[in-house]
Formats: sequence, structure tokens, C-alpha cells
Amino acid sequence: MAEETKTEEPPAIETITVKVDGKSIEVPKLTPDWQGNLVPTTVLQACKHAGIEIPHYCYHPKLPVAGNCRMCLVHVGMPGRPGPDGKPPMNEDGTLKIDPMVLPYERSTPKGVIGCATNLIPGMEIYASSPETKEMREAVLESLLINHPLDCTICDQAGECKLQEYSVEHGQAESQFAEYKVHKPKAVDLGPRIMLDAERCVLCTRCIRFSKDIAEDDALGIVNRGSYNTIATFLDTPFDNNYTLNTADICPVGALTSKDFRFQMRVWFLKETNSLCTGCGTGCNTVIGSRENAMYRYEPRENDAVNGPWMCDEGRLDYKWIGREDRLAEVQGANGWATAITEISGKLEEAAPGSVAIIASARQTNEELYLLKKLAAKLEAPTTTIARTGEADHLLVNADKNPNTTGARLIGIAGEATGNGIAAIAADIESGMIKSLIVFGEDVTQHGISEALLDQLELLVVSDILPNATTAKAHYLLPGCAHAEKRGTFTNVKGRVQKFMKALEAPGDARAEWEFLHELVENTTGQNGFSTIEGLFNQMAGEVEAFKAKELTWAALGDTGVTVEL
Amino acid sequence: MAKEVQRVKLSWWERLYIPTFLNGFKVTLSHFFSFKKSKVYEEKNQDNKFKTTLNYPEELWTVPEGFRGAPYLVSDQNDNTKCVSCQLCEFVCPPKAIRITPPGEDGEDAHREGAEKMPKDFEINMLRCIFCGFCEEVCPEQAIYLAKDYYEGYDEDKMRRDYALTGSSREEMIFHKDKLLERGGTHHDRIKKWEKKTEEAKAQEMFPVDQPEPDNKEASQE
Repeated sequence: MAEETKTEEPPAIETITVKVDGKSIEVPKLTPDWQGNLVPTTVLQACKHAGIEIPHYCYHPKLPVAGNCRMCLVHVGMPGRPGPDGKPPMNEDGTLKIDPMVLPYERSTPKGVIGCATNLIPGMEIYASSPETKEMREAVLESLLINHPLDCTICDQAGECKLQEYSVEHGQAESQFAEYKVHKPKAVDLGPRIMLDAERCVLCTRCIRFSKDIAEDDALGIVNRGSYNTIATFLDTPFDNNYTLNTADICPVGALTSKDFRFQMRVWFLKETNSLCTGCGTGCNTVIGSRENAMYRYEPRENDAVNGPWMCDEGRLDYKWIGREDRLAEVQGANGWATAITEISGKLEEAAPGSVAIIASARQTNEELYLLKKLAAKLEAPTTTIARTGEADHLLVNADKNPNTTGARLIGIAGEATGNGIAAIAADIESGMIKSLIVFGEDVTQHGISEALLDQLELLVVSDILPNATTAKAHYLLPGCAHAEKRGTFTNVKGRVQKFMKALEAPGDARAEWEFLHELVENTTGQNGFSTIEGLFNQMAGEVEAFKAKELTWAALGDTGVTVEL
Repeated sequence: MAKEVQRVKLSWWERLYIPTFLNGFKVTLSHFFSFKKSKVYEEKNQDNKFKTTLNYPEELWTVPEGFRGAPYLVSDQNDNTKCVSCQLCEFVCPPKAIRITPPGEDGEDAHREGAEKMPKDFEINMLRCIFCGFCEEVCPEQAIYLAKDYYEGYDEDKMRRDYALTGSSREEMIFHKDKLLERGGTHHDRIKKWEKKTEEAKAQEMFPVDQPEPDNKEASQE
């Protein structure tokens, strides 16, 4: 039966009926494991279907099952062994006889099974909330806490620590342990981004399995014996692959912590905002942790269509520029936004068709690029973006270092090969054909338009976040927002349109690019029809072919986005 | 729904208001000619039995029993900062008077070896503080106290200073770490959690498995 289910396309979902806390429920017979292969559904997953959470440390849906923490112990009832007639024992009324499991040598003591690695058997009864199960959990927690230090006050994990949570929820037993606690090394420098506190470790081996099977860098292991078990790297080799910080995420306790976030802020103060990583074209889903307009960390947000529950260290630490001191915060070239927009629109209206060029950035959102496209259509301006490439890896990092190259292509700002147009624009400036240049978020002096060429221009409008050689030459400098300071959407390399939300307030006078571009487009072309980012997105979705085909709306994007045809 | 309050209808006599004024003057005059002393001032005015008022701030009153004092940070007997910057007081503080700057990665090392961290700065805005004592109650390290005679070395004068918590600017009323530690004084810590832990760990580097001595065991249970 199981083999049939595997080969069928699409597989008819075969179910098993089990009882959880006395209620019969039907659960799928097979469930995808960490690699996506269908394997028999486990007790823990059945309880999840029933809406009951089984506490666990070592089990992680995206890692191989290890079954070593024992936290998911539950008391279950099984059908009896088949008798000589080949039939299992039956009750008098003809139903299957279910016996609660007991220790074979001590029949008065209930026996538990680990929920994460016990497959379901038809008719099985799971006593997920019974006193027996509760006692097992208390005993396991007591055992885990034997050598656990009382470090909560100085531990970065406090507030999001599974040991704290389960101790409150399931582990109210009093410790019978009167001996000294075993002490292990603290504040061990495991690698450039990870700090280990061996005392706090519950030896769930999630980090080991992650490094070996997901990051494919078998760097971690357990050394020493018994109570002295410790996570360690091999002979002080640094733990420095590009995914190390994920181990701090999946560590259920405060054993592995991020050096970047170490002692920065207590987690319960952090406001969580759904966002996206802008480090490359993959577009990993993230959560920004911020407090009082200061960003403290990125955490990956689970999205199986993009990044799973992981993200790379490089992207995760790529946020410090947002809070930099030298951020552009003032409109330059005019007195305030209103004057600047009026003056620029006036000059653009007067400009001869074809005398304006637009250099956009593939770091801009779909909405901003769409507005720039409208402006370009009106002015008959050539447009281009600048390509950035790096090295791809086996897991998440993409070779395209711009977060929205696909969006720029779909909207028509850039052709198939992004960045080719810049040489043509440089030549046209030199020949005097292009007299005005609009630059968004790029330092064009690094990409083929020299400062001398910029001096030839009659009008140079630049919008950026941080100062550079191009912003210094600008006639009008419009300070923009980092992605954490505005809302918008990116289209990743696979065509996934995803939105990100606003976590921080922009510094000074800086405004979201789509807001002032909207005004500029309205003044220049007379087109309008929306007042919010939702309205803008919906208008764009009605005009850009790829988005139209999927009938995209801002609301329909949800938290995890929608994939469009490329 | 707004609640309608019935106004008391005043009689003609009451609406004159003059009798109410006279009543007030009566109270004032009775104090003026009174030989009775207020209980609060009694102790300080022993030399002058006719005096009802106090020449503040030259003369200071006896603070009532129920006065809790103002929150200050304390040091342990070795002059180490006890606060480990766990920020629970900041979280629990109802008027958000407390603000802690955590040490971060490069912060100064904690005074006590095992404690790992201590605050870079600790601010209490005494203008915001409502002296509720939640910070003291929540503190897992016994590092913040509403200064009163809770600990040894308590100074009577200090407490009076608390009662008259004054300053000439708003900035002055935001107390920073150094000022809070200075005013908090010393707390004689009997538990010495971090010191004990460090000693234990150091001992274990030489003797990995050791039976606890009966004396120590008793001490740790206390």
C-alpha cells in the first residue's frame, strides 16, 4: 500500500485512524521528512494534527530525526500481539483491544515512547495529556536540568528558550539532585560568529545534524563522556561556514548564541516585522527584530518555497548600514521636498524627448521600478540597471547579488542582460544627446560614467541612501529609505513576488522612494489612481504581464509570496 | 454610556457660602492657637512645644514607617556591581522610568568573573518613577533596592535625602549608573551565586568528580 502511494501522481492521501487524548482523528499515513521523502507519520505529527503540541528539543521538521533528548516521551496504548490464529486480541464487543504500554519487567509502571520517532499503528491510542505522560516529562526535564546552570539572567536565549518554556509548562517537579553541578567551558569561541556555552547545552545535536546534513560542513561533534559530553569543533578548527548562525536559531537553549547579538538586547523587547533579505536574488524571508527605531537582528522566517527555515550568515549580518550615522537625511538642491519635486517635474516636462536617461537599481522594489518605467515611457528615456554578481553556493546564496533583477526585467526597466545599457548612456552623455540623468541607488562613477561626464549634465537627479561620488555631484539629491523603512515587493530569481513590511522610521527627511516617485510621475504624466502602496501594487499587477497572468493583489501575496511565470 | 451624576441640591443657607468660609477660618485659627503638635513633627520639635511647622530644609521630619524610598543599585561587599543587565526591571517598570544600555559584545567585563555581563549604563528617571518597588521585587540578582534600612550600612541621613528627591533640571533627575550605585551603597550578599559558581567550576578543573562536603552542602541549601 505504501509503495503505491509513493508512485501515484498526485498521491491519494491514505489515512490512519488513531486516538489522541480519547478523540479519534484521521491523519495521513505518510508525511514528508526533512528531505521531502514520504515516510510513515509519527506520534508527534499525529498530535500536531490533533492540535496538541508535544514538547521536543532534538526533533526539528527540517532535520533528520535523532531521538536523543527524550522530551517528546508520551504514553501510548498499542494493539496486542497477534495470537496463534493471526488475529490481534479483541474486546468482547468485537473491537480491537488496546493496552496501555507498560514496562515488561515492572507491569505497574507505564512505558513511554518517543513521539518523534515512533510510527503510527492503526488503532493506536496516544495519551498526550495523561498524568503518566506528564510524569515522564517532569522526569526528563529534571534530568536535563541536573547540570543546567541558572544563567537565565545573563543568557541571550532567555525569553525564547525552550528549556524555560517547557520548565514552566511541563516541569514543575522538584529537583532531587543534591550534588554539585558539573561545570563545563563557558563563552567558548567556536567560530567567528558563534559563541558556545557548554554548560547550557542539552545535547540535542540539532547543530551537529544541521552542519552535517544541511550546511554540508561536518564541523561539529560531541566529545567526552557521560556528564562531560560537550559540543566541540575538531581540534579547534573554527566553525566558520556561511550558515553557522542558523545553529544559534535552532539551538533550543542558550548554548549556541550569535556573537553579533550577544548582550545587545533582551529578546522580549524586540518588535518583529516580516521582511526580506536583500543580500542576493534568493530573497530569503526574514524577521527584523527592532526596538525603538534601532534594528538588532535578522532572523530567517520559514518559507518552504524560498529558503526553508534557514538563511546565510552573510545576509543575516547585512543590516548594519541601515543605522549608519552618515545616512542621507536631507533634500539637497532645493528647499524641502515640495520645492524639489515641483522643480524636478518642471525641468523634466521641458526636457526634449530622448534627452533624459534613467539608471535604476535592481535593489529597488517592483513598485518603484514600475513608477520609473512610467516616467521613462513619458520621457522616452533609455533605462538600465546595474548587475552585481558573486558566487553561488549549494544551499541559498545566489550568484545574482541584486534582490530584484527579475522584477526589473519583468517590468521592463532592464533587458535580458542587465547593465548593458550603461555604456550606451555614457556614450550619449559624451555626445551631448543626453542632458539629464536620473540615478536611483547606484554609484554610477563605479560603473562607467565618470565624474567628468556627470559634470557635463544639465540635470542630475540622484536618490540614494548612503553618500557616494554620484550623490556628491547631484543637482537634486533625494534621500531614500532602506527596505526596513518602507513597504514594497521584490521578485526573486525564481519569480517569487514577496512583500516586506516597515520596521523602522527613516532618518531625517528621508522618504520612501515610491512616495516621491508617485508625486513626480503624477506631475509629469498626469497619471494617478492610488494613494497607498496596496493601491500602487494592485495597479502595477494589472499592467505588468507576468503579474497580470497570476492575478496578483497585495493581499493575495500573503506572508510568503506568489510565484509568477518567468 | 456616561453616568449621570445627581447634583446635591444646596439649601439657601449653604448657597450663601459665608458659613463655609467661616468654617475654614475656624480650622486655621484652631491650628494657630493650638498647643498640640503634629505626630510627624513631634520628635523634632521637642524643644519648642508651641511650634507646629518645620523649618525645612534645615529641619527634617521623621519619615513615616510606610515610606519605601527610591530605587538605587547596590554593590556587593567587594564593591562589585551586582546588576547583570537582565533588563527585567526595565520590562516590569510600570511608568517606564528605567532604561538599561546592555554591554553588547565589546562592553566592559563584569566585575564578578562568572556573571559575564553588567550594564553599560543604567538610567532611572526619578521624575517618572512611581516608587512602586516592582523593580526590587522582580530583580533576580538582588541588585536594585528601594533605599531604606533593608541592608546593613543603612544611613539615616541617606533616607531623608531620598524623601526630598530634588534637582534643578530634568536631566539632573535622570540618575545614571554611577549615581545610583553611589546612593545604593553596599548590600551584604549572603548567597554569592556567581562567586560560588566560579569557585565550583575552578575546583572541578582539578577534581572533575568530587563528593560534596557535608558542610558545604548545608550551606548551599540555606
